[in-house]
Amino acid sequence: MSRWALPALLLATLIGAWQIAASSGALADLLGLEPLLVPSPAEIASALWDSRALLAENASVTLREIVLGFLIGLGAGLGFALLLRYSATLRRAFYPLMVASQAIPIPVIAPILIVWFGFGIGPKLVVVALICFFPIAVNATDGLRSVDPEATKMMRTLDASRRQLLWRVEAPTALPYAFSGAKIAATIAPIAAIFGEWVGAESGLGVLLREDIANLQTARLFAATAVLTAIALALYGAIALVERRIVTWR
Amino acid sequence: MRFLLVMDFLDLLSQKPEVRQDTNMPTEIGEFAAGGGLPASREPPGVSVAVHGLQHSYGQLQTIERLDLEVPAHGVLGLVGPSGCGKSTLLELICGLQEPAAGRVDVGGAPDPADRLSRCAFMPQRDMLLPWLPAIDNAALALRNRGARRRAARVEAARLFERFGLAGFESTRPAELSGGMRQRVAFLRTLVAGKPVLALDEPFASLDAITRAEMQGWLAAALRSDPRTVVLVSHDVEEALYLADHVTVLSARPARVVEKLSAPAPRAPDRDAAVTSPDFVAARERAMAALHKGSR
Repeated sequence: MSRWALPALLLATLIGAWQIAASSGALADLLGLEPLLVPSPAEIASALWDSRALLAENASVTLREIVLGFLIGLGAGLGFALLLRYSATLRRAFYPLMVASQAIPIPVIAPILIVWFGFGIGPKLVVVALICFFPIAVNATDGLRSVDPEATKMMRTLDASRRQLLWRVEAPTALPYAFSGAKIAATIAPIAAIFGEWVGAESGLGVLLREDIANLQTARLFAATAVLTAIALALYGAIALVERRIVTWR
Repeated sequence: MRFLLVMDFLDLLSQKPEVRQDTNMPTEIGEFAAGGGLPASREPPGVSVAVHGLQHSYGQLQTIERLDLEVPAHGVLGLVGPSGCGKSTLLELICGLQEPAAGRVDVGGAPDPADRLSRCAFMPQRDMLLPWLPAIDNAALALRNRGARRRAARVEAARLFERFGLAGFESTRPAELSGGMRQRVAFLRTLVAGKPVLALDEPFASLDAITRAEMQGWLAAALRSDPRTVVLVSHDVEEALYLADHVTVLSARPARVVEKLSAPAPRAPDRDAAVTSPDFVAARERAMAALHKGSR
C-alpha cells in the first residue's frame, strides 16, 4: 500500500492546489484567460458525471480502436521480430524499413488513410497499429539477439536445431524485452487513436475533444482527457500484470 | 515438431512446468554408485581426441600456433595457460563449433565438424542455465532437443539427480540454487547429453575457493563413476593437476605447448591428501614454472 501512498499524496496536493487556484480565479488571471476557460477539478468532476453516458459511449469506440490496433501492432511486431531473427537477409532488408515506419508523420498520413479507408474503424486501426508496431518490434528484435553466445554454443553441442534454439532459448529471453515494448506501445496507443479520430470520425473521444474545443466546453474537454488517461493506465496495468504472471524468473 | 516446440513455449507462458517436490536435502558428496545413471544404450563409447598441427587466428591475430594434443579414450586432459591464450577457442575447435585455419582435429576418427559436434558436449564457463526452467528441465535439455517428451526426459535426468547429490532440487529454478549447485546442474546437463567427449571451460572459475575444492572432489567422483574423454580448460594449476591425467601448459598468444606433465594421482578419492602429497606439490611447481616461462 505504501508504494501508492506517495503518488496519491502528490496527486491530491496537485488537484487541491489546482482547485484553489482555479476557483479563486487566480489561475485564469495568471494565464490572462476568461475564468470559463480554466475549469477547476470540481467542475471537471461534475462534467465527468453529467456527461457520463456521452463519455462512456465515445470512450468505448476509442477503447475498441486502441485495443484492436494494439493487438494488430503486437502481432505484427512479434511476427516481424521472429522473421528477422530467422533470416539475416530479411533483417538487412527490413530493419531500415521498420525504423522508417516510425518516422512517418502520423498527422500527415492520417488524412490519406481516411481517403483510402473511409470514416470507419479502418484508418484508426492502421494508425494505432503503426504506432504500436515499432516499440514492440524493435524491443523484441533486440531481445532475440540478446542471447549470450555461450548459451548458443552450449545448445548447439546439446544437439539443438535452429528452431529449438529459437523457441527454447531466444524467445523466452526476448519475452521481457517484448513486454517493455508492449508497455511503451500501450501508453502511446491512445494518442494514436485520438489522432486517427481527429481527422475524421463519427464518434470517439477524439471527436468529442474536437467538438469541446470548438464549443469552449473546457470542463468536458478535461473530463474526456481524464478518461483517455485512465484507458492508457488500465492498458499499461493489464500488460504489467500479465508480465508479472509470465516472467517470473526475473 | 515445430508445433511441439511452440507448445513448449506456450507452457512457459502458462507457468505449468511443475515438477514433483522432494524435501530431502543432499548433504554428503560420497562415492557415486557406478552405472545406473544413463541407460546402457546411452552410455557413450570411449572416444579419443587428437589435434595435429592446429593453427587458428582471428583476422590478423594469430591465437593458436601449430598445436598437437592427444587425449586417449576416457582420458582427461587439463589445459592451463595465461588468460586470453586461446584455450576457449581450442575447446570450440575440438567441439566443431569452429573450424581451424590449418591442421587437423579428430574426435573418434571423425575430422568433420558436424561429426565432432555430435560427439562433444560443451560446458561453458558461466553455467548458462536457462532461468525460466526448473533444474531438471535444464539438465534434460539435450534429451528434449533430441525429441524426447518432457516426462521421459525428466525421468531420465532424475536418475542422475539422485546419484549426483541433487535430489530434491528438481523443480528449483536456477536463481534459487547456490553457485556450486548451479555448476552441478550445468555439469549434469553436459553429462545427460550422453556424448563421449566433454569440453569443460573453466567450470568452477566462478566459485569461491572452498566450494571449488568441494566441486573438484565431486567432479572427480562423477568421472570415476561415469568415465568420459574430457578436455578441461582451467587457469587453476591445482584443479587441472588433480582432475586430469595429463596437463598441458600453453603459452601466451599465440598458444603453443610449453610443457606436458603427468598428474601424480588423478581424481584420487581423498582430494585433500592428493593435492598436498610431495609429488603433487612438485608437479604443481613445475607447472607454475612452465606457466611463467610461457607468459613471457
